[in-house]
Amino acid sequence: MNTVVAKLQRQFQDYLVSLYQQGFLDNQFTELRKLQDEGTPDFVAEVVSLFFDDCSKLINSMSRSLERPENVDFKQVDSGVHQLKGSSSSVGARRVKNVCISFKECCDVQNREGCLRCLQQVDYEYKMLKTKLQDLFNLEQQIVQAGGAIPQVNIN
Amino acid sequence: MALGDLSSSSSTSELHVLAVDDSIVDRKVIERLLRISACKVTTVESGTRALQYLGLDGDKGSSGLKDLKVNLIVTDYSMPGLTGYELLKKIKESSAFREIPVVIMSSENIQPRIEQCMTEGAEDFLLKPVKLADVKRLKELIMRVLRESFKTTSSSSSSSLLSLSLSSSSSNVVSSPEDNTPSSKRMKLESRVHD
Repeated sequence: MNTVVAKLQRQFQDYLVSLYQQGFLDNQFTELRKLQDEGTPDFVAEVVSLFFDDCSKLINSMSRSLERPENVDFKQVDSGVHQLKGSSSSVGARRVKNVCISFKECCDVQNREGCLRCLQQVDYEYKMLKTKLQDLFNLEQQIVQAGGAIPQVNIN
Repeated sequence: MALGDLSSSSSTSELHVLAVDDSIVDRKVIERLLRISACKVTTVESGTRALQYLGLDGDKGSSGLKDLKVNLIVTDYSMPGLTGYELLKKIKESSAFREIPVVIMSSENIQPRIEQCMTEGAEDFLLKPVKLADVKRLKELIMRVLRESFKTTSSSSSSSLLSLSLSSSSSNVVSSPEDNTPSSKRMKLESRVHD
């Protein structure tokens, strides 16, 4: 029994479980992992990469819309939040999605200050998640390089 | 583009699905979901592109860009430009394409919206985020529609194709404790069932 592999697998499992427990990820991330196999080992990484690019782009455009207090395009911000909520939901980015819910509420009542706070929060959350998932994918890579298989992790 | 000609898909028994979504993330996910369910997939980013692909955009040359007959269209509801609902209407208004089942996806569980789409002829309405169980169930439904169409000698009676009893699905809803929306929404279509 290769203890290096077993140790890495254990680390991976514990780390992934902790991400769910801390609310970074939800069931939809589990669903995405189901779609990955030996033939498509980078599927999840590719999807989340698209998601993070999306975050960056949407946050920038919403930031521009919110810039001048006398001239906020709330319709554009609302559209951005809607898109962000949708894509975060599709990848299981739970914290990002939850900020979007508050963000939409601020938008609905045209609360610029609230929107700016949410914008900052969503920026923080997606970057945090990006770091966490990078660590997760690094562990995955180490397992594969050590000749092991990525564990199926059951999140109840 | 003969209506009765399903030979391209029947020989391979793979559905060719046209997936329409303005979100690049969702396009990637739906594409994978469909491929894993043994479907051929073409993704486009808007309703307008979908119509172009089908050859319904009014441009001269009615064959469009598609190389293979489309057996199913899955479209997001909220898209800039042509919404999923408007795309659905255009497809159902077209004599060439109205037979193709159209499924609407939406992140919002709005009952009037769902009813509006089903009334307009949508085959099903899926709540996002879409999961493997949703696609599997969808595929079973569509394969059944296709098998029905093989039996039907006349391709002109669309009502017999679409009026299947859809109430027999066992619930494949997968939800987590943190997920407070159902993964899919089925409308009871008993009123549309003919015997």
